[in-house]
Amino acid sequence: MSTSLKYELRCRECHTTWGNQPVSFCEKCFAPLEIVYDLAAIKKEISRDEIARRATNLWRYKELLPLPEAYDASLPVGFTPLVKASALGETFRSKSLYLKNDSVCFPTLSFKDRVVAVALTQARNFGFEVVSCSSTGNLANAVAAQAARGGFKACVFIPADLEPAKVLGTEIYGAKIVRIAGNYDHVNRLCSQIADKHRWGFVNVNLRPYYAEGSKTVGYEIAEQLGWRLPDNVVVPMAGGSLITKIHKAFKELIALGLVEEKNVKFFGAQATGCSPISLAVKAGRSEIEPQKPATIARSLAIGNPADGYYATRTIVSSGGWAEDASDPEIVEGIALLAESEGVFTETAGGVTVASARKLFAQGRIAPEETTVLCITGNGLKTTDALAGRFEAFEPIPPKLAAFEEYLERELEFAQPAGGAR
Amino acid sequence: MSVTVAIPTALRRHTEGLDRFDCSPRDLNALLDALSSRFPDLKPHLRDEQGKVRRFLNIYVNDEDIRFLEKDYRFKDGDEVTLVPSIAGG
Repeated sequence: MSTSLKYELRCRECHTTWGNQPVSFCEKCFAPLEIVYDLAAIKKEISRDEIARRATNLWRYKELLPLPEAYDASLPVGFTPLVKASALGETFRSKSLYLKNDSVCFPTLSFKDRVVAVALTQARNFGFEVVSCSSTGNLANAVAAQAARGGFKACVFIPADLEPAKVLGTEIYGAKIVRIAGNYDHVNRLCSQIADKHRWGFVNVNLRPYYAEGSKTVGYEIAEQLGWRLPDNVVVPMAGGSLITKIHKAFKELIALGLVEEKNVKFFGAQATGCSPISLAVKAGRSEIEPQKPATIARSLAIGNPADGYYATRTIVSSGGWAEDASDPEIVEGIALLAESEGVFTETAGGVTVASARKLFAQGRIAPEETTVLCITGNGLKTTDALAGRFEAFEPIPPKLAAFEEYLERELEFAQPAGGAR
Repeated sequence: MSVTVAIPTALRRHTEGLDRFDCSPRDLNALLDALSSRFPDLKPHLRDEQGKVRRFLNIYVNDEDIRFLEKDYRFKDGDEVTLVPSIAGG
């Protein structure tokens, strides 16, 4: 690395370095570019105490993010709760189960707020006026909201069949939405072609190496919130496969910086059965991905041709982990199980994670006494259509105590004999 | 028979700046051979040392990823082939 650079782009395969520019792949071999840091220099600047003194948001890990000299850190993104999940743990027979709850990430209730926060600092740095993305919904929400605040024009591309709440949750910020008659992989290919021609800042195309680093903050936070120690296992939903590789990178960096003790964390990936190119590869013992045509209610994970699938597979297998997938009914049961046991309402992707984790515990792939973190990446209010018909519509009763008593007798299984408190 | 190949910007420095290339290949192998012989500098960017299509290069025929078409797909007159770097999205 040139001495004047704190970080720069490097090809994951041929290791050619490319400085800092809005480009996502190596022009020599087309492999992905990734940000590398001078960790030895960072080690002198950063400590647990120093981080603890900073505001509780993702900017507290600024040395480990590819941020320009000047950037706006006023939006408190990230630092979502790490919640002990005792009741769910009992169901899974896990003694130490946690949820990393990004369903309450600020500002748009998914982990995509993290990646967008980092990407837009570089969008500004590179002088883009228009920011964009290909999205299965959550990313469009995050780009639209943060672009509005940052004074960017936003134009986002989505598959035509997205959940209404995710469309509305983009439109409300004034972003332009282009609906594409096709699946996410069609949208993504089109965005690659647009980014090749127009000078727009596509957060997950030409800004992708910077964007993806934002996902590492999930890993930093898990470690810090566990008292600066690494969990034994993490279960991570997979769409493009980037998040799981970035949590892995985060843990490796924390070890290299001496902020946590070395540990071989096992990585477990979760997909929907209707779109499972990565989990199928893991189960088949190969790292090459065979693309699929997605058919699942978990639309936020419906990427049939995952850009980081190859690396996700290798991360999982080399850690000693595994991958599982969940059918549509299992996803809905996963959403309900999490809500009823822990009071956390997640979207379909979270249902995938819970349902897959349930299988991994049942198979004995995750040991009960080990500390396991489930990554819950999105909010249930965005995908309520997945629950359509699950609950009966109920008739109102008159506002009379007698009517309620009758209702109690008829409807409520926890009805107690009359007498009550005085 | 004519098949048009769209060349992405990243590869155009190996194609004398051309963004389209017309050829009449029978199948994907013949198409890559035609590109490689017309633009020798392009060759290593299309296939790896073992002769396999590079992992991070996606190839589309009209609107479809070529991996979804029948094995050894035979091109038809007017097919449009697009080369797209796979590293995007998610």
